[in-house]
Amino acid sequence: MTDPVLATHNISKQFGALKASDDISLTLRPGEIHAIIGPNGAGKSTLIAQICGTLAPDSGRVELMGRDVTALTTRARAQAGLGRTFQISALAMEDTVLQNALLGALGARGGAFAMFRRALSDTNLRDVAMMALERVGLADEASMRTSDLSHGQRRQLEVAIALTLNPKAFVMDEPMAGMGAEGSAKMTGLLDELRKEAPILLVEHDMDAVFALADRLSVLVYGRIIATGSVSEIRANKDVQQAYLGEDA
Amino acid sequence: MKRETLINAALLLGLLLVPLWAYVTDEPFTITLATKVAILALAGVGLNIALGLGGLVSLGHAAFFGIGGYAMGILASHAQSYTPLMESPFLIEGTKSMPVIWVTAILASALAALVIGTLSLRTSGVYFIMITLAFGQMLFFFAISWPAYGGEDGLSIYVRNGFPGMNTLDPIQFFALCFALLLAALWFSHRLANAPFGLALNAARQSPARVETVGLSPFHLRLIAFIISGAITGLAGALFADLNRFVSPNMLSWQTSGEIMIFIILGGVGRLCGPVAGAALFIALEHFLGGLSEFWHIWLGLLLLLVVLFARGGLIGVLAGRQVAHD
Ligand SMILES: Nc1ncnc2c1ncn2[C@@H]1O[C@H](COP(=O)(O)OP(=O)(O)OP(=O)(O)O)[C@@H](O)[C@H]1O
Ligand SMILES: [Mg+2]
Repeated sequence: MTDPVLATHNISKQFGALKASDDISLTLRPGEIHAIIGPNGAGKSTLIAQICGTLAPDSGRVELMGRDVTALTTRARAQAGLGRTFQISALAMEDTVLQNALLGALGARGGAFAMFRRALSDTNLRDVAMMALERVGLADEASMRTSDLSHGQRRQLEVAIALTLNPKAFVMDEPMAGMGAEGSAKMTGLLDELRKEAPILLVEHDMDAVFALADRLSVLVYGRIIATGSVSEIRANKDVQQAYLGEDA
Repeated sequence: MKRETLINAALLLGLLLVPLWAYVTDEPFTITLATKVAILALAGVGLNIALGLGGLVSLGHAAFFGIGGYAMGILASHAQSYTPLMESPFLIEGTKSMPVIWVTAILASALAALVIGTLSLRTSGVYFIMITLAFGQMLFFFAISWPAYGGEDGLSIYVRNGFPGMNTLDPIQFFALCFALLLAALWFSHRLANAPFGLALNAARQSPARVETVGLSPFHLRLIAFIISGAITGLAGALFADLNRFVSPNMLSWQTSGEIMIFIILGGVGRLCGPVAGAALFIALEHFLGGLSEFWHIWLGLLLLLVVLFARGGLIGVLAGRQVAHD
């Protein structure tokens, strides 16, 4: 089997008495969408924070392209190829949509220390940013103030910024949260295309989207992965039905 | 953007025309007032890069203002007493040359900002405010207890320093120098705000997590901004000391830090010409109200309160409306 792009090995994290991550090992293979589902508070965002370096695990390792990145900062992991989107949009709200996308393009370029050139006149940067906005369907909103975007559009912008980074792996925390049906469907289409560029570790509550997209699914409950498998395997899994899917399986 | 540009132009034109008019009507004191506005505005332009663009609430910018002032005072006092600053390991002599003094002031305050910034930018919020304040106070007390350069009494120089090809003793010519430096700093800060650096710094203020996630370092961005900011305020300090032909620990006091911040708040935080509007308003109030009553600060306080409560964009905000994201 091909080597995974991203892997966690026995990650554990404790908040006081709460085991937020309990010996989590998972892999993300080239070309796949690996979805992580689980009830609220299961520890999905905590896992992502450890993968992306905003939270240090108590034990365990994170590997990106076969390289141990556990000791690296968020910034170094981004440079190494992690493209993250946040569950709660983290955007420069006073800036325009284009400026937010430009920021990603700047990061991808590896520095922002140019002090005299106008960022907006840099055609390379601008092209990268506009292309990403076009792909998520925000090209017409490029000059809007980000705070004037709808909730769903902000989620799209999150994805656009990750796109500008041209990452080796996407790590997305509920990119469809709070989106309408139409928005979700569009995002589903986009993610389906994106997996050809880089595999996606996808945390998502929207089951229609998950079942439509995921090559593999892991179910996280109380910080533990209780099952990993294909959509049909997970649907058939008794533990999962009991613990989580219960009513709608 | 259009409207704010127009207001900025009008403001700067006003700052140019007032002393020119005073020159024609032979009122040197008014020229001095305008010079003071230009210099204090320059100090504000410096702080505005840290505060407005970077969101760094520094209550220690008097440190840089004072370092610039003492750079002038120390160099000029050695020059006027014909004693070198030091003889070994190599000879450093004093100077009365403004360009040399300016460069020294910029370098010294940039170095101080590097040290203060490296230590204080690890923190944020109230801690950052307190640490920058503490550094400022340290320098203040150091200056007081340093008898070689006047201690509490400060340092006077007999004649204003010189600039090649100009007569700096002529108030209008000294004003021209200060005004030119102000324009240069404004131009620089405008370029900076619209450059990739400004974009990233501005984003780091609003969402540091985002900036890290694209692989940039908020700490490095802020540190560089803090150094640039300190250097510009330091240059203003050198000019201010030259204007008064006097430097004292007062320039390093926390009240000075507060006043520089007041210019920005009055004029508009993060607005290009906010410090110009703020400094002009401040000096006008000091001049007119100060003439009526010793307690003019009460009125300043009231005005500040009104601005903070009802006009967060300051004077520029009231005139030009909500800030348009840089283009
Ligand atoms: N920094 C923290 N300190 C203490 N407890 C935390 C911290 N971060 C998260 N938790 C707790 O850890 C648990 C897992 O939280 P997490 O945000 O990872 O859940 P989640 O699966 O992402 O939930 P949701 O679906 O609501 O986003 C929760 O009980 C949460 O309260
Ligand atoms: Mg979550």
